[in-house]
Order: sequence, then C-alpha cells, then structure tokens
Amino acid sequence: MQTLALIFPYAIAFTIPLLAASLGGLFSERSGVVNIGLEGLMVSGSFTCAVVASRMETVLGPGNPGALWMGLGAAVVVGALFSLLHAFASISLKANQVISGTAINMIAGSLTVFLARTMTGSGNVRIVLGFIPADIPVLSAIPILGPLLFTKTYATTWLMALILAVSWFVIYKTPFGLRLRACGEHPQTADAAGINVYRIRYIAVMLSGALAGLAGGIILVTYSGEFNGSVAGLGFLALAALIFGQWKPLGILGATAFFGFAATIANVSQVIPQFSRIPGLLLKAFPYVVTLIALVLFSKSSQAPRAAGEPYDQGKR
Amino acid sequence: MSRFKNLFTALAAVVLGLLAGALFMALSGSNPLAGFYYLFRGGLMNMERIGNTLASATNLIFTGLAVAFSFKTGLFNIGASGQMLMGGLTATAIGLSVQMPRMILLPLIVLAAAAAGALWAAIPGFLKAKFNVHEVVATIMMNWIAYWTVYYTIPAYFKGTFLETESRRIPPLASLRADWLTNIFRGSYINLGIFFALGAVIVIAIILDKTTLGFELKAVGFNRYAAEYAGIPVSRNIITSLGISGALAGLAGATYYIGYAVNMQIGVLPTAGFDGIAVALLGANSPWGVLASSIFFGVLHSGKGFMNAMTKVPPEIGDTIIAIIIYFAATGVLFTRLWERLTRRWGKEA
Repeated sequence: MQTLALIFPYAIAFTIPLLAASLGGLFSERSGVVNIGLEGLMVSGSFTCAVVASRMETVLGPGNPGALWMGLGAAVVVGALFSLLHAFASISLKANQVISGTAINMIAGSLTVFLARTMTGSGNVRIVLGFIPADIPVLSAIPILGPLLFTKTYATTWLMALILAVSWFVIYKTPFGLRLRACGEHPQTADAAGINVYRIRYIAVMLSGALAGLAGGIILVTYSGEFNGSVAGLGFLALAALIFGQWKPLGILGATAFFGFAATIANVSQVIPQFSRIPGLLLKAFPYVVTLIALVLFSKSSQAPRAAGEPYDQGKR
Repeated sequence: MSRFKNLFTALAAVVLGLLAGALFMALSGSNPLAGFYYLFRGGLMNMERIGNTLASATNLIFTGLAVAFSFKTGLFNIGASGQMLMGGLTATAIGLSVQMPRMILLPLIVLAAAAAGALWAAIPGFLKAKFNVHEVVATIMMNWIAYWTVYYTIPAYFKGTFLETESRRIPPLASLRADWLTNIFRGSYINLGIFFALGAVIVIAIILDKTTLGFELKAVGFNRYAAEYAGIPVSRNIITSLGISGALAGLAGATYYIGYAVNMQIGVLPTAGFDGIAVALLGANSPWGVLASSIFFGVLHSGKGFMNAMTKVPPEIGDTIIAIIIYFAATGVLFTRLWERLTRRWGKEA
C-alpha cells in the first residue's frame, strides 16, 4: 500500500502528457489522417512552453502559475500552427501521411534545438520552477482513494481530466463528432452527405497539434523542467497507446495509464525492494514488448478508422 | 521522362531546403552566404574532410537503402535505428571478445551484424505478415527495445575503461578502419565500410531490377492483392523484404560503431536511421539516387561542425535543412504538377 501510494503520483504525472498526445492522435486518426508527427509536435510544444514560461518567470517570479499557464497556452497555439504543415501536406497535397509526419518530427527535433542554441547558447532551455504538486482538500482525506488519486496532484492533471471528458462528449454526442468519425470511416459518403471532408480533417489535425503541444508543455511544467530537444519517444508511445486503446477515449485512458505505471515502476525499481530483483532491461523494455503483444492480439479485430492513412480524393469514388 | 521528373522534384526539394536554411541563418543573425560557404567548405576542403564526408555518407547509404528497399515493397521501415543498434552491438561484441586473423574476423563481424539487423527487422515483418500488425508502430517499438538492450548490455559485459556509458575501444584488428585508407584521407574517419556500401548499392540495384525476387517484392508493393492473386507468396515476401532491409541497417551499425566510431555509446538512438528516410525519399527510392543523396547529406553532416566553428550558426542547421528537404520531398506532388505544366507548355511551343 505504501509502495502504491509512493508510485501513484509519479505514474499519474507521467500518464497525463501521454494521454494528451494520444487524445490528439485520436482526433486526427478518427478523421482519417494518421499523425505520426505527434512526437515532433510535442517537442515543439515543450520548446515553446520552455521559452515563454522562462521569459515570463523573469517578469512574474519563479514558479508563478500565471507564467506557467501562459507557457502552456503558447505551446497549444504553436502545436496547432505547426500541425498545419502536416495538414497541408497530407490533406491538400494528398502526400504520404507517414512521411509528412516523419518530416514534422525531424523538423521539430532539429529546428527547436537550433533556435534554443541561438537564444541561450546551449541547446537547453530551463524554467526555474514548475507547478508544485498539491493535495486536494477534503478528497485527499478519503481512505485508500485519497492518497492514491488526490494527493500530490498537478493542476494540469485536472485540466486533462476535463479535456478527456469534453473529448468523449464531442466525439460521441455532438454533430461535429459524428462528422469527424464519418470522415475517418467513409469520407466519400460523408462528402455525399454534404460534409466538407477537407475542413473537418484540417480541424482534426489542428486539434491533434494543439493537444500534442499541450502534452509537451505539461512534461516541461510538471516533471522535467528543462527542454533538451526531445521528449524521449513519448509521441510514438502515445501512438501505440492509441492503437492499444482501440481509438476510443476511455480505452486510451487505460492504455496510457498502463504505460505510465510501467514506466514509473521501471524508473523507481532501484529503490523499491520488490522490483529491484528484476533485471532493469526487462522492466524498461516491458511497455514496448507488451505493446507488441497487444498489437498482435488486437490487430485481427482492429477497430481502426477505415480511411485512416488514405488521402481523400474527391475524384475517386 | 519520369526519371527527369524525379530529378526535378528532388532538386526542387533540395533548393527549397537550402533556401529555408538560409532564411533561418538570416533570422538567427548570421550571413547565409558565409554560412553555406563554410558548410560546404567544411565538407569538401581537403582530403581529410572528403574522407569524413564519405564516412558519414557510408551509414546513410546503408540506412537509405534499407528504407528504400522496404518502400519498394510498400513497407515503411522506420526502425532502421534499432536494427543499426543491434548490428552495432553484435559487431562490438564480436570485435571485443573474439580473437582471430583479421581476414576471417572482419567478414565474420560484418555478416553477423547484417544477420542481427535482419533478425531485428524480421520480427516486425513476421508480425505484419501473420497478424497484420502495422510495421510502423512495430518497428518503433523494436527501436526502443534495441535502445534498452544496448543500454544494459554494454555496461554489463563490455564496460569502457573510464566510463560506464560506453564500451571498451575496438582493437585495431577488429576495426573497419584500414591504415592505407586512413593515410590516403589524412587521418579521417573513412573506413572499409564505404566499399561495402558501394557494393550494397550495386547488389540492391541488381536484386530490384534483374531478379525474380525483386519483381515479386515490387509486385507486392504495387498491389498486395493483385500479387496474391498472381500466385506470389505475399507473407513470405513481406518478411524477406523487411529482413533484407534490416540486414542493410545492421551493416550501417557495423560500419558506424566499429568503423566511424571507436566504441559504442549507450543512451543514443542513432539519427542515421531517420536520416535514411530522407535519403531514400530524396533518391526516389532508387539505389543510385540513394548513393547521390547520401553523399550530399554527408557533406552537410561533416561540414556543419566547421561552419559552427567559423560562424555563429548552430550546427543543428544541417539537420534542419535535411528535415525541411524531407518535407518538400514528401510534398513533391507540388513540383511534379509544376513540372507537368512546364513540359506541357514547352511541348506546345515546339
């Protein structure tokens, strides 16, 4: 129990950015555009957040929540704008979506470090202080659940909980959500029904960019505190979580939580006696191996959006 | 005609990438002309620099061929980095633990590295063929499994003399560097790998254009269902294609870790695997195109350090230019349309 209470806050902190990026991927793929550029969009968000938050911290003071929120807001905007490159290539020009996404990843990885070096001299941008985890009053006093879910939580965690709920509602209960799903399943039919497929896909890709940018920002203001040119493959893990979660918001929550816990256990294994006997390699490789196994199990009955990855061409019916 | 179209698209992507690079240099307050002057000078100014350019190009030729080869079968091998790591790890392990005459040892190392890369890629190939697991996600997962495998294997068995985070130095006997070659190029990183790479270009060109295997692989790439109907074993071809692709990436690992470098660092996923995508795209997936674009990227790679020393431009501009070139190569349809419009106009006037 004590071990669990120790692991939970870290695992949740690690899950949240993964959840944000994976939800972003959900919007994009449900509209029929594969976005392998999540990793790069996260990097761009992390970089933007670092630059804006560190500048604002010098004005407003270290760890000032206003400065950090401004950083997150900027990350969302830049993520959305940056994803337009992917949208233009894959929707308007009907380019190969995987290649365009790879280009996004490479541009983000190199350009942000280039800019960081131009600004700070080194390739890193550091903020003085991130969000401080806090206990939720009253709720944290609940036995068992309190220590696990409501102690040492970040404000961004609750923001993501809200975004998850809103995303679920938007996708399943609004006209926009229905159109989004229609574009991903059968764009020709959606078009025949009077839906502007290109417009929906543009919006969806920008939403994915915004959420991935937010994810990168959250990494920065919660557990990392420093931009160093990468998000360590989390964008790709988010993509795997999307498949693992079978393109459903709650499935994604489960999948990202699984990755969050697996990664946290691997990271803290040295200090926790129960895990220290397991070889590090097994713990570190565990999430990836399990993903492969999950893919094997799920790929036969895959719930993937049928038109994901295919450019929509009005002339082809 | 389509060859000219490909060449035009590739050149347009390169020009736009360089222009974008110039823009970023200007924005960061440097003179783009000076930047490019030192960038290309740094890659080409003397024999040592040319040697380094060719040494950088060596890995890119292999990873570029790896990606291009899988593309021909309609597969996207984004896991060249992981396959490269496994090839490198195998090469390092043999180089550090086996004592043999060089004439036997080197071929053994190279073959083992190719086998390791092939095996690492055949796993996603098998998953794709048997369970329809998407190869992009599977190869990415294999990348990270390779990353952590290296991360724990090197310190446990081949720990360096001074640092925990690297292996011991490869003895000269097991290294791909050769004295005569190093002397010609005045002490550069160039190694025997460049000859293997040139050989690989020819072999892959022959496989793709002159053999039944190559025909079958391309048929699967064009239309998997039509190929199946024609009696081509699709599953076997998918595994073979990724296997050969992985073998090429494994060779990249050997030439990088026991040729270009003198030991193996942990905690790094080599970027050559991703640059290989750029190389393949720019080379229009043809082996000779891969060779040309690898040398071009090799110049950017080996020149960026010199440029950084002579001007204030950060070395990442090299990678930025490569990344932007990929983006424009991906959106090549823009230039293809432009080309068609231009040729149509000329056609009318003639």
